[in-house]
Amino acid sequence: MIDKKFKIANKIFKSRLIVGTGKYKSFSECAKAIKTSGANIVTVAVRRVNILDKNKARLMDYIDPKKITYLPNTAGCFTAEDAIRTLRLAREIGGWKLVKLEVLGDKKNLFPEMIETLRSTELLTKEGFKVMVYCNDDPLMAKRLENAGAVAIMPLAAPIGSGLGIQNKVNIRIIRKQTKLPLIIDAGLGQASDASIAMELGCDGILVNTAIAKAKNPILMAEAMKFAVISGRKSFLSGRIKPNLFGSASTTNKGVI
Amino acid sequence: MNIKNKIKITVNGKQMQIIPKFSLKSLIIKLKMPLNKIAIELNKKIIDKRKIAKIQLKKGDKIEIVHFIGGG
Repeated sequence: MIDKKFKIANKIFKSRLIVGTGKYKSFSECAKAIKTSGANIVTVAVRRVNILDKNKARLMDYIDPKKITYLPNTAGCFTAEDAIRTLRLAREIGGWKLVKLEVLGDKKNLFPEMIETLRSTELLTKEGFKVMVYCNDDPLMAKRLENAGAVAIMPLAAPIGSGLGIQNKVNIRIIRKQTKLPLIIDAGLGQASDASIAMELGCDGILVNTAIAKAKNPILMAEAMKFAVISGRKSFLSGRIKPNLFGSASTTNKGVI
Repeated sequence: MNIKNKIKITVNGKQMQIIPKFSLKSLIIKLKMPLNKIAIELNKKIIDKRKIAKIQLKKGDKIEIVHFIGGG
């Protein structure tokens, strides 16, 4: 069966797995995990250069933005103004317009501040950005983001970095039913089976960082995530059987001796 | 040059002293920053990297130089 293409803002990506670049032990480990994962998109953050250590290695020395799509994020931003400033700077580094918006409301649970997120989506869209939006799993808010011009809806599975897996499958399914935009689970996945579940719910893709970077063997987990996304997607497309409370024998009784 | 003639500026939150008529381009060269991997803000305004040679730094200027790091 030929699957429909994974397309964000009119650009086609082969892999439905998006990988974060934070929390790795080294840039080389990060680069190896990304390669193994098969991801075509990686998230990156904008921060001050260390002016005292001029020879310090840079992410761009290890992950070539010509070969892999950089998705600048707004991690650490708590207001629309912070987010817009950050993404304007990201655009200035190399012309990136496809961005991941993430406006947080609380330093402890890292939940998105949805009022500011919505306002930022409107402002950034007006400025020509293609905004993929990290959001909570509220279908009503997802609809408002879509109306504001978001190019992808990225609800959390659970708090960022928690590894808890999808906590509210019902909401994800409702969002899936209501939107034609790419639906990408962002944050909170812990293991490969979580990725498969997300894909089986009909999501178009997933974004994983901590689950890979902090696994004991990040490269192996990157590979596991790659296959889990493919497997979950195929499972979704194949049309699962209806769950049944009672048993149904796989072997016919016809001809029983 | 007498130290009294030097100008104080702030780069990424750290104070620096430069000589008068020092350009933003000279600062980037002095700090050995690869232009294609950074973005520059001068007093909260994003600077077109093609125009940095024409910008002379002034006393109290606040410069931010950013790049990409790992993130989720």
